[in-house]
Amino acid sequence: MKLLLVLPLIIPLTAAGLSLLVWRSRVAQRAVGLIGMAALFVVAVLLLSAVMKHGICATQVGDWPAPFGITLVADTFSALMVLLAATIGLAVTVYSVGAMDPQRESFGYYPLLCVLLMGVCGAFLTGDLFNLYVWFEVMLIASFVLLVLGGERPQMEGAIKYVTLNLVSSAILLSAVGIVYGLTGTLNMADLAGRLRQIEMEDAGQGSFVTAVAMMFLVAFGIKAAAFPLFFWLPASYHTPPAAVSAVFAGLLTKVGVYGLIRVFTLLFVHDIGFTHGLIALIGCVTMVTGVLGAAAQNEFRRILSFHIVSQIGYMILALGMFTGAALAGAVFFIMHNIIAKSCLFLVSGVAHRIRGTYELSRLGGLYRDYPFLAVLFFIPAMALAGIPPLSGFFAKLAIIKAGLDIQEYVLVATALLVGILTLFSMTKIWAEAFWKSAPQEVDHQPATTAPRAAGYDRATRIMLIPVIFLAAMTVLAGVGAEPLLGLFSRAADELLDTTRYIRVVLEVRS
Amino acid sequence: MKSVILSTASRLVHPLLLMFSVFLLLRGHNEPGGGFSGGLMAASAFVLHALAHDAQTARRALKVQPQTLIGAGLLAALAAGIVALAIGEPFLTGSWTSFHMPGLGEWTLGTPLLFDVGVYLVVVGVSMLIILSMAED
Repeated sequence: MKLLLVLPLIIPLTAAGLSLLVWRSRVAQRAVGLIGMAALFVVAVLLLSAVMKHGICATQVGDWPAPFGITLVADTFSALMVLLAATIGLAVTVYSVGAMDPQRESFGYYPLLCVLLMGVCGAFLTGDLFNLYVWFEVMLIASFVLLVLGGERPQMEGAIKYVTLNLVSSAILLSAVGIVYGLTGTLNMADLAGRLRQIEMEDAGQGSFVTAVAMMFLVAFGIKAAAFPLFFWLPASYHTPPAAVSAVFAGLLTKVGVYGLIRVFTLLFVHDIGFTHGLIALIGCVTMVTGVLGAAAQNEFRRILSFHIVSQIGYMILALGMFTGAALAGAVFFIMHNIIAKSCLFLVSGVAHRIRGTYELSRLGGLYRDYPFLAVLFFIPAMALAGIPPLSGFFAKLAIIKAGLDIQEYVLVATALLVGILTLFSMTKIWAEAFWKSAPQEVDHQPATTAPRAAGYDRATRIMLIPVIFLAAMTVLAGVGAEPLLGLFSRAADELLDTTRYIRVVLEVRS
Repeated sequence: MKSVILSTASRLVHPLLLMFSVFLLLRGHNEPGGGFSGGLMAASAFVLHALAHDAQTARRALKVQPQTLIGAGLLAALAAGIVALAIGEPFLTGSWTSFHMPGLGEWTLGTPLLFDVGVYLVVVGVSMLIILSMAED
């Protein structure tokens, strides 16, 4: 049990260390990466099932008792996020075996991926505010290097925006953590929750101060989650690295920001819900609309998808802003759906790039005729993203919209529905341009006379298709099995709203 | 930039710096020092070598790949944490063992030292990787 909490950190670190030891052999690095990610996935499954069985669990690292040392804690939400991270990690590693170029592989691609995953898992599992910041940094530094690995010109340009904005956000986060420590004298999140309530009760004047700190956290995590108005680093950078790296970024990194928001705005800053969460809901709405409108103006496969990440972050933030059990369950559902579907779409874009050599929609085309199977694999997550039943996105959106109707926030609901239609528009655009229309002449380098109509996939592409099939199947399953999943997500939401259990488990464990 | 004075001095100072780095590492447990400063000191010994001769010579003097050092260091630090798990304590809990060495008296060894050795190796590896790749560019 305690072991399961630290294994999601130990396994990626071991894999990173081992693959550095076998630096010279790309094959060995691949093997270490694959085994590490597979082990992480297994551990994540075990962790989730343990949390399901025993409830929230915690361990005190280094045997320092709770408010002083660093606590690792897993509730249903954390465990789910770790499982999703491990799923994407495994899928992307398998994909990379087929897709990654030898140069990037021999310059530390697999160790970096492992370190990235360690940072993501650490952020999900920690129960300490400063430690959360540290895991964010671990994750960001690995992502900086992954973003520029290969050193192509557009990568550098994207990386400058990405690194700058993220460093600013880290500075704000660190300042906010410092102020919280000055205010309360503790960094343990469970302990903080109690102290902040106490401060509220003792001195009403301090309340506005707490709100100010809450806003700093909102800005810091908002930048990392790519929420309006500081989202522009994301569409500027996510289309520049190879598709595998884009997929892991798109699937995981912004969601860690959303996780941070959900964690602090359910556990710590719930003193003035009308203001803070009202603002969050507003930001969510604006983020949705800007993201989806930005996407409509794009003509590059991955840039459209990048803007849609922004738009979909809006849904999650909106659901947090509604702050009811049903809405939070919807948010968790949406995060799950989005991580899987979005990574899957990015991986498909990589396959299309491998086949046609471009991401530009104007130069793509005819993929449906030549590669019908790939077209199906795009269609499933794309329609899930647009919210077409019976796929995962439909139920995720339904849960959020229903939660909005319950609290009579009709404007928010109307916005969410409108954005859904515009999402469908973007997805149809990719479908029509890349898959449906006939291939433009100058790139049709496989004339029908020499190659058969149904052009085959080479070996590397077949490896790349394995994770795509897996993720697409998960999207379908999450839609078909929405009922039991929603039960799981409601449980996660209950634990987020009823913070007493979390606090009790963290502060009372003595191991 | 070949200087007889510098290369002669570096031949003498190089082992001194390395010994001093180990001294810092061992001292660091209870007094100022530790894996990080020790590692930087060791790296500076090789930087001096690189300045006196050239980057390739320094790389040869290092004997192992910097990447290997980083990997070994990470694993050593991790092992320090895993020892605690193996004896049923929470991850990273410090544990010590005492034993008697004939002629040298009572010795106490603990996992924090292993952790520090890991830090030392990672710091040497990372600094050398950065400096050598810049010098060889």
